[in-house]
Amino acid sequence: MTSFSRRDIIKGLATLPVVGAVAYGLYRRQKRYRELNRNLMEDLRVELPGEMPTVQGDRLRIGIIGTGSRGRYLLKALGYVQPESIDKWQASAREDPFYREYLQNFLEQEDLNVEIAAVCDVFDTNARKGMLASSNVLQKGSGRQTGKEPVRYRTYQDLCAAPDVDAVIIATPDHLHVPMALEAARNGKHVYCEKPLSWTVAETYAIRDAIRQHDVVFQLGHQGRQTDSYQVARSLIGQDVLGKVTLIEVCTNRNDPNGAWVYEIPKEAGPGNIDWNQFIGPAPWHPFSLERFFRWRCWWDYSTGLSGDLFTHEYDAMNQILDLGIPHSAVASGGIYFFKDGRTVPDVLNMSFEYPDRDLTLLYSATLASEKNRGKVIMGHDGYMDLSETLVINADPQSTRYREKIAQGLIEPNKPIYSYVPGKDKVDAVTSATEKYFAGRGLLYTYRGGKEVDTSHLHLKEWLNCIRRGDGTRPSCHIDAAFEEAMTAHMGTIAFREGRRVYWDTEREVIV
Amino acid sequence: MMNYSKGQIIALVALRIVIGWHFLYEGLTKIFQPEWTSGAYLMDSRGFLSGFFIWIASHPSVLSAADFLNEWGLTLVGLSLILGILTRLSTIAGMLLLLFYYLSHPAWIGYEYIFPLESAYFVVDKNIIEMVALLVIWFFPTSRIIGMERLVRRRN
Repeated sequence: MTSFSRRDIIKGLATLPVVGAVAYGLYRRQKRYRELNRNLMEDLRVELPGEMPTVQGDRLRIGIIGTGSRGRYLLKALGYVQPESIDKWQASAREDPFYREYLQNFLEQEDLNVEIAAVCDVFDTNARKGMLASSNVLQKGSGRQTGKEPVRYRTYQDLCAAPDVDAVIIATPDHLHVPMALEAARNGKHVYCEKPLSWTVAETYAIRDAIRQHDVVFQLGHQGRQTDSYQVARSLIGQDVLGKVTLIEVCTNRNDPNGAWVYEIPKEAGPGNIDWNQFIGPAPWHPFSLERFFRWRCWWDYSTGLSGDLFTHEYDAMNQILDLGIPHSAVASGGIYFFKDGRTVPDVLNMSFEYPDRDLTLLYSATLASEKNRGKVIMGHDGYMDLSETLVINADPQSTRYREKIAQGLIEPNKPIYSYVPGKDKVDAVTSATEKYFAGRGLLYTYRGGKEVDTSHLHLKEWLNCIRRGDGTRPSCHIDAAFEEAMTAHMGTIAFREGRRVYWDTEREVIV
Repeated sequence: MMNYSKGQIIALVALRIVIGWHFLYEGLTKIFQPEWTSGAYLMDSRGFLSGFFIWIASHPSVLSAADFLNEWGLTLVGLSLILGILTRLSTIAGMLLLLFYYLSHPAWIGYEYIFPLESAYFVVDKNIIEMVALLVIWFFPTSRIIGMERLVRRRN
């Protein structure tokens, strides 16, 4: 047994009090944060979105109309990708961890128990790509065994009439949405239709009636409905964290040709492999034009412009969060200021929608020639919410609700008091400028349980779940939400094109 | 056993304690904040090893292992340096941790980070300085003079 001298013990343990000092610091810090947290979170119950359950049922047979890039993206969300794309991802995955993960996420995506039974596209190349994707049941690269080929239909009418199709996905230009959705509904097929719902005001009533009458499950393709932060925003605003909301600002900022709808025209494309008459459909006649076919979003003849194409994403997000409904009135201005390429739709558009019953204005401002990200801001008397990749709530310095807490130093005005980050930060993992734009707005990816999930996959899953339930349950972007989306967008477009303020007559449900 | 002057002992022990303090507080605050993760920080990595750090961040199980090792590594290194026990081991471990932080966010011209560096750095940043300070502690040990190793040594 060694005995220590007093000197040894003092020198051996001399630094022990330092641990105490650090522990004291930690205690103070914890106390402070607990206090702040208790104060901020009191009475606040945040409902975090849970995982969407899977409804079991028969294998559903899907017909898809339009297998261009959006249509094929939806096929991917259902688990079907052409072997050539898998080859490309595998090759890229060897070098680039982004593609490794991209491929892995795709392979791990939940099997939604659907088969693609029918494909229709008026451009042969896209139809072929759609067929190849649809038959790639094993999700392998080229040269491997594939499944049964779907039937290629030459017209959407034939596809909608096919007895071995249970449900139809529509991913075509805007002017064809309603004619196709009507045809599908009349044939008793469930419908997933890309946004916007309609190209004209008149057909908006027709499709709403048809969906109601034929009792089919309808989902409009606003995949933002599945974005966690929007669901959290709804829960928070429902608990009055912002106070009285008087102004909402939503924006579109893009600055690349792709974002301005100047897409590449495939070399092989021509009158020989494009069914031009079918493309024209209800649109005014125009001689064959590759530009118009591939860049259709640039012409009112086929498109709904910024209002229908991009504002609707923003509107539907706000309608989801705040139940806005159709505005009382709208004014708009803008012009073709950058892309003077023969297009008829504006590349700069500002629209203002009034909701006097709610005491608020919804402001939309867009340019296709500047990428300054302005985000979405919901402004209330007590605070404002920034919704971009994350959700952040800042207290207003003049807030009534937070006045005491600001005075007590528990809340710092203009600093975030609540933030919600959906999973981990993955903005870097998105490649093109357009994709980054979408990801920044929560339109591309969302996280469930820490795992990256494609919002379009969830949106389709929700639709399929409702079909399988068969008890009248409607998906989140049902026909009434779609009707509100379309009418609001049309009000903005009419206000712009006619240069006047337009009103919504609630009684008669007409735009005047 | 080195012979230090009184001033040298004070300076070296002070250096050991402040670094230990820094490590311990960093570690404990992370442990006591259950939602803390290095994920976003690692995602923001630059430089020739960024692929490795982003790989860690994008694999939940690897990331939680890295977070665990980091939290407890910081805490134990901190305790060891302050108390003066097992300091040879903790000095190496501390330098290793700092090297990882540095390599994930090297201070190089043109590298910009979401979490901005708090000052103007070129190659040398606070991680490098702290690492070199630990190197000094490695070559000028003091735990047998002021620290619990004094008691262990006596016992043996």
